[in-house]
Amino acid sequence: MESIEQGIGKIFTDPDPDNARAFFRTKSRKLESKVMSVKEAVEKFVHDGDYLTLGGFGANRVPIAVAHEIVRQGRKNMGFAGHTSTHDFQILCAGEVFNRVDVAYIVGLEARGLSPNARRYMESGKVEVSEWTNYSLSVRFKAAAAGVSFYPARNMMGTDTFKYSGAKIIECPFTGTRYVAQPALYPDVSAIHVHEADIYGNCRARGITVSDFDVARASKRLIITCERLIANDEIRRDPSYTVIPYWCVDAVCEVPYGSYPGNMYAEYFSDEEHIREWMKTEEDPVEFKKFLEKNIYSCKDHFEYIEKNGGINKLLKLRDKEFMFVKARD
Amino acid sequence: MADYNTMELMICTAARELEDGASIVVGTGAPNAAAMLAQKAHSPNLVILFEAGGAAPLIPEMPISVGDSRTTWKALMASGMCEIMETCCRGMIDYTFLGGAQIDMYGNLNSTRIGPDHQKPKVRFPGSGGANDLASFCWRMLVMTPQDSKRFAEKCQFITTPGWLTGGDSRAKSGLPRGAGPYKIITNMAVMDFEPESKRMRIIGVNPGYSEKDVQDNCGFELLKAKKIVENKPPTARELSILRDEIDPYRYVIGR
Repeated sequence: MESIEQGIGKIFTDPDPDNARAFFRTKSRKLESKVMSVKEAVEKFVHDGDYLTLGGFGANRVPIAVAHEIVRQGRKNMGFAGHTSTHDFQILCAGEVFNRVDVAYIVGLEARGLSPNARRYMESGKVEVSEWTNYSLSVRFKAAAAGVSFYPARNMMGTDTFKYSGAKIIECPFTGTRYVAQPALYPDVSAIHVHEADIYGNCRARGITVSDFDVARASKRLIITCERLIANDEIRRDPSYTVIPYWCVDAVCEVPYGSYPGNMYAEYFSDEEHIREWMKTEEDPVEFKKFLEKNIYSCKDHFEYIEKNGGINKLLKLRDKEFMFVKARD
Repeated sequence: MADYNTMELMICTAARELEDGASIVVGTGAPNAAAMLAQKAHSPNLVILFEAGGAAPLIPEMPISVGDSRTTWKALMASGMCEIMETCCRGMIDYTFLGGAQIDMYGNLNSTRIGPDHQKPKVRFPGSGGANDLASFCWRMLVMTPQDSKRFAEKCQFITTPGWLTGGDSRAKSGLPRGAGPYKIITNMAVMDFEPESKRMRIIGVNPGYSEKDVQDNCGFELLKAKKIVENKPPTARELSILRDEIDPYRYVIGR
């Protein structure tokens, strides 16, 4: 099939479905415990140069513990899917972890404003970008999850977003309708935070799903962090709740409050005070360095980070806020 | 002097565009306030959706993120991005509200960058997010934005999100879904639509206290003028009380 038009942006990952199949053929199907610490999981499965995806929606159900650990372990030269990434993007920019990004939404934190440090990094010339949209990245994951090399979509046409993407315009062999062929995106490694998982990696998640179920299936390696480990018996009691099967998963890390300072549906609301502090501190690079030393580099793990920022008292307040209990605003 | 500010005026004007029984995908901030106001004031059956997956919530207070828990509060469905965007692409969604750092005479929007070098921009903005998708798929795109001649630019430095592209039939020829496109632009000074043939921006109403000249003086390109330009109605006491007491009691969006 010939393309009518094509973007000048790079495709950072291989969309070839047979190459992906060759990899997935080697992936373990063994029902065995994958429980480990976040530190171990990142050491084992996240490498310099890998292409990374983080699940959730910026500051909602995000694998913050993994993002911090990647920065702490000093990963570099990674590729990254800037798919509705907000606070997670801020963290990775702080560690200058990546040098190439597929952009759908970056730099901003929605109603909270723009991250000064993420802007500095993206304006430095150190990062190569291809432009996409939220839906484009969603269907690039969907194509990969389906084991095909592209997905047709009706967005992006006529815009510079298309021009600076790696997509191509094609015509439907049935109707002549024009489509943007969105190349499959198979990440080397992804991390997704869920509500519950068993030791093998069978996962349950509540609330919005964003693109996570496709990301889980598209990824070559997958780290799951969960609010709670649950028994395999519970998974088998009602399999209709399983949204990610264990054979997609390489590591299971129990991290209660693992989306903090982000929001976790029906668990805790986002810590807006702390996110504001991040953004404010970023204005001064010297102060921001100290802030990172305190909140990431000197922390042993996610719990130490939470302890430094209000501990259990803070978490209980955020729980009240999530459920809109009386006085939750204070 | 009337007792309302420009943000309140824009939100009330925008809310009146949303008729009962319509569907809309909104973001955070002012668009969300407008959709909530429409629902409470005159369109109880307005279906509100969020691109991250929240569908038809009973929004208890303004969300900070289009994916936070407020977007699924007592909702009918907590779904995902493909579900929402594909509902738009199927033709089920009537409206969306978008914005940007620049808008041109055809309603194209820039939310990607300022400066000529794409790999080393002078200012980097978030990019499309879901804006390009929603503008491509939803039947009518609305823009709510303060008006000045820098933002209303002769040419967008980067077209992130499609308006009527280069006017005329260029959008239809591009391959984007037929019949969808920019509908109205709501500013602190005026309401504009698009002249049906040329698809150029056109003044159809001015807000109380502003003249057609004010509107043109604060625009970086020549605006067309409708045959009859109306004076827009100011917010009513009822609209203001809903907005201030129920929707934004902490005045995050409407300000002081």
